[in-house]
Amino acid sequence: MITRRFLQFAAAVLALGWIGLAVAAPDVGQAQKQALNIHAIVMFFIFVMMTLGITYWAAQRTKTASDYYSAGGGITGTQNGLAIAGDYMSAATLLGLTSMTYFQGFDGYIYCICFYVGWPFIMFIMAERLRNLGKFTFADITSYRLDQRSVRTVAAIGSLTVVVFYLIAQMVGAGQLIKLLFGLEYWIAVVIVGVLMVIYVTFGGMIATTWVQIIKACLLLGGGTLVMLLAFSQFGFSLETLATKAVENSKKGIALMAPGSFLSDPVTAVSLSLGLMFGTAGLPHILMRFFTVPNAKEARKSVFIATLCVGFFFTVVAIMGLSAITIVGTNPEYFEGGDLAGKLRGGGNMPAMHLAHAVGGNLMLGFLSAVAFATILAVVSGLALAGASAISHDLYANVIRRGQATETEEVRVSKRSSLFLGVLAVLLGIAFEKQNVAFMVGLAFGVAASCNFPVLILSMYWKGLTTRGAIWGSIAGLVSAVLIVVLSKAVWVTVLGNKAPLFPYEQPAIFSMPIAFFFAWLGSTLDNSARAAAEKEAFEDQYVRAQTGFGAAGAASH
Amino acid sequence: MSSEVYERIRRNPKFDELVSKRSSFAWTLTAVVLGLYFIFIMIVAFNPTLLAKPIWEGGVATIAWPIGAGLILLFWLLTGVYIRRANGEFDDINSQLIKEAIE
Repeated sequence: MITRRFLQFAAAVLALGWIGLAVAAPDVGQAQKQALNIHAIVMFFIFVMMTLGITYWAAQRTKTASDYYSAGGGITGTQNGLAIAGDYMSAATLLGLTSMTYFQGFDGYIYCICFYVGWPFIMFIMAERLRNLGKFTFADITSYRLDQRSVRTVAAIGSLTVVVFYLIAQMVGAGQLIKLLFGLEYWIAVVIVGVLMVIYVTFGGMIATTWVQIIKACLLLGGGTLVMLLAFSQFGFSLETLATKAVENSKKGIALMAPGSFLSDPVTAVSLSLGLMFGTAGLPHILMRFFTVPNAKEARKSVFIATLCVGFFFTVVAIMGLSAITIVGTNPEYFEGGDLAGKLRGGGNMPAMHLAHAVGGNLMLGFLSAVAFATILAVVSGLALAGASAISHDLYANVIRRGQATETEEVRVSKRSSLFLGVLAVLLGIAFEKQNVAFMVGLAFGVAASCNFPVLILSMYWKGLTTRGAIWGSIAGLVSAVLIVVLSKAVWVTVLGNKAPLFPYEQPAIFSMPIAFFFAWLGSTLDNSARAAAEKEAFEDQYVRAQTGFGAAGAASH
Repeated sequence: MSSEVYERIRRNPKFDELVSKRSSFAWTLTAVVLGLYFIFIMIVAFNPTLLAKPIWEGGVATIAWPIGAGLILLFWLLTGVYIRRANGEFDDINSQLIKEAIE
């Protein structure tokens, strides 16, 4: 039954791909769209076939709810580490951060460090407790000793908000990127991403999603490193030569080599770093990964591996950006109309891709393009699974059915939810085509840092947290983060077209995180009900389990 | 039933030993990482010229780059330091603790 439906789905995707090619072949002459890139399409096709094969294999092994949500806890630390790194390194990391170093120099690397520093924190403070307390979603932890229905509802709202904003950003990014790299129409790219994502998640659950992430992480690390080595070799692997040439050839000159205007405003700098750091620790698709390993030992190992991969990749990306200044920036081939003073062909996000072409020809460009597409696909799959779990495990099984749903019912709802999220993502992706969605990733991190993270960390560390506190904290964090972003320049001026922003700062975390913590504290302190007393009482057992892992959801034997 | 086991674990002095050792270790490492990170961000925000010194006399490449890469490397090594102790010493105490509690 599953097999037959799977094959039908797979055939539909392939057919869609071919229609895509046929439609895309005559170039409709949009400025951004590039010629059809056969190398990239063939390589992406191979990736898709491979991942569909894995999904087929995973579908056979996905029998219980635990298999579906957390791969039965049977993923090793190293595998999970690669998968976490895969979840975290999006196409925006490869393209956006390379481009930032290309244009801004060291400021790009600062941004990388901000993105990175959440990992050691997760390792020291969160990893083992997450594993010891969680089962399928992070709401399992926040609602551990609190009221199941209300706490899970707000946690699911927080998760879904993050997932939807993040999905929109990825979908729009995917459409634009594929239009650029593959020469396919925007909507076709969005539909392909949506359909594949639904297939991976619906049929293969966490097992397939994990392996898609692992393959993608290896491809991204391998491809990035190869391009970086080829580029760096042109400077004899000397940082001094690389820097001298870059300074000679950049409009920014020597300013490339030091922190510049990017973080000149301290409030924004601190707020951005808080948001990125604690946002990472509140992303539902990342948190979910901690439940796929058998015990706390493997959870720690996964963070160790993920931290290594992410840190290494950020450094690779920075070197790529610096090399591109000289290799791409002095080659008229990569500029519109061959004008070195003009715009980069394909737009500001293209230095990484042009660099791949410059050092490895069409084959390398095709490879890196395919990797970028695969990356988007893997990231949206992780997001879709996290969103579907919030709907099925939190909202359906525990809120609507009050924990009375059977595993089969729960998994069925989850599969339908992922289909729903897929359709929603495609529609929103198409609706937001012409919008500037740069703020959406920031918003996702802001909500993760302000709505999910404070309540999660308090529930693990603070005995005094009660249901009322958890709900007040989550809602205060969510509302303040969203309001600040909407009233700031990014949305109020850029998207809505007003003249001046109502709120001077674009990064919400420095304001919305303290607001969330304050309301969580206030709500808990004011709560003198008998239920609150029982909740505080229950912290003792939770604390022992968090510390020792005794009673934690174990690995299913396969 | 499990509540009784939790009670027994909690009354075992090894539990306090585990918690205090692991917590102080984890928080020390966190403080080191956060401290270095916010010092770095403060320098970037308030005194960026400090990072603009060349590595080599008369050179162009600045110390900012190796400092950035050094931070990334150091933070990773610290996660390694943590799991070395957590997956060894702490987990040993932990498994003894559970063994004694369920006996």
